[in-house]
Amino acid sequence: MKIKSTLAVLSAAVALGVGANAHAGATLDAVKNNGFVQCGISDGLPGFSYADAKGQYKGIDVDICRAVAAALFGDASKVKYSPLTAKERFTALQSGEVDMLSRNTTWTSSRDAAMGLNFTGVTYYDGQGFLVNKELGVKSAKELDGATVCIQAGTTTELNLSDYFRANGMNYTPITYDTSDESAKSLESGRCDVLTSDQSQLYAQRIKLANPEQYIVLPEVISKEPLGPAVRQGDEEWFDIVRWTLFAMLNAEELGINSSNVEEMAKTTKNPDVARLLGAEGEYGKDLNLPKDWAVQIIKQVGNYGEVFARNVGADSDLKIERGLNALWKDGGLQYAPPVR
Amino acid sequence: MRTTLDATPARGSLLSDPRARAWLFQIIAVAAVVGIGWYLFHNTQTNLANRGITSGFGFLDNAAGFGISQHLIDYSESDSYGRVFWIGLLNTLLVSVLGIVLATILGFILGVARLSSNWLIRQLATIYIETFRNIPPLLQIFFFYFAVLAPLPGPRDSLSLADMFFVNNRGLQMPAPLAAPGMWPFLVAIAVAVLAVVIFAVWAKGLRHATGKRLPVFWVSLAILLVVPGLTVMIVGAPFDWEIPELRRFNIRGGWVVIPELVSIVLALSIYTAAFIGETVRAGIQSVSHGQTEAASSLGLSGGQTLRLVIIPQALRVIIPPLTSQYLNLAKNSSLAAAIGYPDMVSLFAGTVLNQTGQAIETMAITMSVYLAISISISLLMNWYNKRIALIER
Repeated sequence: MKIKSTLAVLSAAVALGVGANAHAGATLDAVKNNGFVQCGISDGLPGFSYADAKGQYKGIDVDICRAVAAALFGDASKVKYSPLTAKERFTALQSGEVDMLSRNTTWTSSRDAAMGLNFTGVTYYDGQGFLVNKELGVKSAKELDGATVCIQAGTTTELNLSDYFRANGMNYTPITYDTSDESAKSLESGRCDVLTSDQSQLYAQRIKLANPEQYIVLPEVISKEPLGPAVRQGDEEWFDIVRWTLFAMLNAEELGINSSNVEEMAKTTKNPDVARLLGAEGEYGKDLNLPKDWAVQIIKQVGNYGEVFARNVGADSDLKIERGLNALWKDGGLQYAPPVR
Repeated sequence: MRTTLDATPARGSLLSDPRARAWLFQIIAVAAVVGIGWYLFHNTQTNLANRGITSGFGFLDNAAGFGISQHLIDYSESDSYGRVFWIGLLNTLLVSVLGIVLATILGFILGVARLSSNWLIRQLATIYIETFRNIPPLLQIFFFYFAVLAPLPGPRDSLSLADMFFVNNRGLQMPAPLAAPGMWPFLVAIAVAVLAVVIFAVWAKGLRHATGKRLPVFWVSLAILLVVPGLTVMIVGAPFDWEIPELRRFNIRGGWVVIPELVSIVLALSIYTAAFIGETVRAGIQSVSHGQTEAASSLGLSGGQTLRLVIIPQALRVIIPPLTSQYLNLAKNSSLAAAIGYPDMVSLFAGTVLNQTGQAIETMAITMSVYLAISISISLLMNWYNKRIALIER
C-alpha cells in the first residue's frame, strides 16, 4: 500500500517530467483510442464505489464513470477502474494515470485552483459528521472535549475537524490512517472514541462494522462537502463531456425520463425539452463531440440521477439515506442542472 | 624523433589518440547527463505550469490546519507546514534512535547467547534469530499493533500501577515532571556529582597505573551520584511537581503519554533488527581466534574480563561495518510507521502535507533528501567510530 502510493507519486513526477505537453482534447483522443474510460474510484466505500460479491464495482461514483462510457461509446461497460486511497487520488489524476476521478472528492478552492484539477459538478451534497459508540453516552459533538478521533489522511475532514474543535475551544487527539477501513477497525478496537468523515461515509462504514447497532451518528454536521467528479485542468472538451453527463442524468429525472421509458420517449415525445435532450431535435450531442443518442444511452444503461441515488445509497439500498439536499431543486433540494438547448 | 612524428597518420589523428578519445567520450557523457537533466526539469516546469499546478516551496509557510497525534515540539493547527516538517523529522528520528539503542543492546545479548556454553540459552537464541529475521518487518509491526496492543483494555479499565502509571489501548500514561523551585539546584547538583565522578575515575585510573592499587570506583561513583543530589533535595525541597494522569470522560488526561503506534514500531523494528545484529556479533566474536581466550585465561583474567577486555575490542573491528548497514536499515524501515498511523516523516509530510497541498514533487524531494541525510549521517558517524577502534598498524 505504502509502496503503491510512493509509486503513484513517483510515476506522477516521471509523467510530468517526460510526458509530452498536454493539448486540449488530448484526453478525449486518448480515451477514444483506448476504447475505454480509465476511472479513479475509492478503495471500498459501500454506496459510492465498492466491489460486490461477484467482483463487480457498484455505487454512485462508479455509475458516473459508467455514464460517461455510455455517452461516449454507447456501452456503459467500457470502463476500467483504478481504486485509489485518499492520498493517491490527486497524483493519479495529475499524472494521467486515470482519465477522470469519481471518488467522493470534496470540491474546494485550493483543489480546483492550485492542484491542476477541475470539478465538473456535484454528484452528492454531503457534510462531515461523527460516528460514536453508544456506550460513551455522547448525544452531541459539543460533548467531545478530550476525545480521541480517527480520521483518514489527506482529506478535508482532517482540516474541518481541527477547525471545529478550535472554534468550540475543545481538545482532541487525532489518529490518522490511510484507508477508511483502518479507521473503522480502530473505532471497533477502541483505539479511538469517535470516527469522523462525511456523513454518507459514516453510514456506509457503519454497515460494515461487526455490530452496527452499537454505533450512532451524531446530529451535528460541521462542514459543507460537495462531492463531485474531477478532471485535469486545461482540457475543456473532456471537462464538458464529464460535466454534461451528470447534467443529462439530472435533467432526465426532472423531465420524468427513466431507464424503462427512455427509448419510448425518444420516439414519441412532444415535449421539446425531452426531444432536445434525447437527440430527437437538434445536434446537441455533436456540440459535445458525442453521438446523437448520448443521453439516451446514459439513461437506458445507467439511469437518471434519482434511479442511481435510490439504487446505491437511497431507499432501494442498505444505506437508506434520505434525498435531503440531494433532492431536485423543485422538490426542495439543491440538485439543479442547466438546460440542454 | 622525426620519423615517429611523420608516422602519425594525419587523418583522424585526434580520434586515434586514446587520451583524446577518453576525454571526448567523457565530455559527451557529461553533456548527455546534463542535457537529460535539463530536459526533465524544463519539461516538468512547463507541464506543471500548463496544468495549473502550483510549484515551488512557498507552501512551507502556509498554515497546516490539521492536528497531529504526537509532537515533540509545541504545535497547534495554525502552525505552518514547515513546522509539520520538523515534527515529522523528529518523530522519525525518535523511532530510529530508540530502535537503534534497543536493537544494539538486544543484539549483543543475542550474539553472546548464541555462543553460550549453556545448551538451553544457545538454542533459545537460535530460535529467536531464525524466527524474527525471517518474518517481514511490516507484519511484525501489524502483529504488535493489532494483536498485542489493540486488545488491551480501554481507558476506563486501564491496568494501573499505584494509580500513577496506566496501560490501556490508548498507550502508556505516566506522571510528567513540572518545574518546581528546587529544580535548578537539583540539576546543578547532578552536574557537580557527574563531574566529581569523572575526576575521581581519572584519578583512580592514574593511581592504578602508577601503583597497581585498585579502588572500588563503581561503588564510590554510585555513592557520589546518590548522595549529592539527595542532600540538595533535602535542603531546598523537591525538584519537580508531578502531573498525575487521571481519568476524564474519554481518556486518561494529563502526564506523559507513549502512544501505542510508537511502541509497536519501536518494538517491532528493534526485535527484527536485533536478530541481524545478533548474527553480526556472533560472527565478530568467532573471528577472534581461540588462542586469545586461552592466553587471557593463562594470564588469570576471569570469563567476564576476557570477554570485555580481550574478545569484544577485537571483535568490534569485524562487527562495526555490517552493524552500520543494520542501523541504516532500521532508520529506513522506520518509514513503515505510516502503515499504522504513526506520524512520521512519510505519513505526515509525504502523506498528509502532500495531499493537502498537492505538491507531490516538492514534498517527495524533501522527504527523500531527509532519509538520505539521516543515512549519510549514521554512516559517517559509524565510519568515524570504526576508524577510532581500528587496529593501529605501525
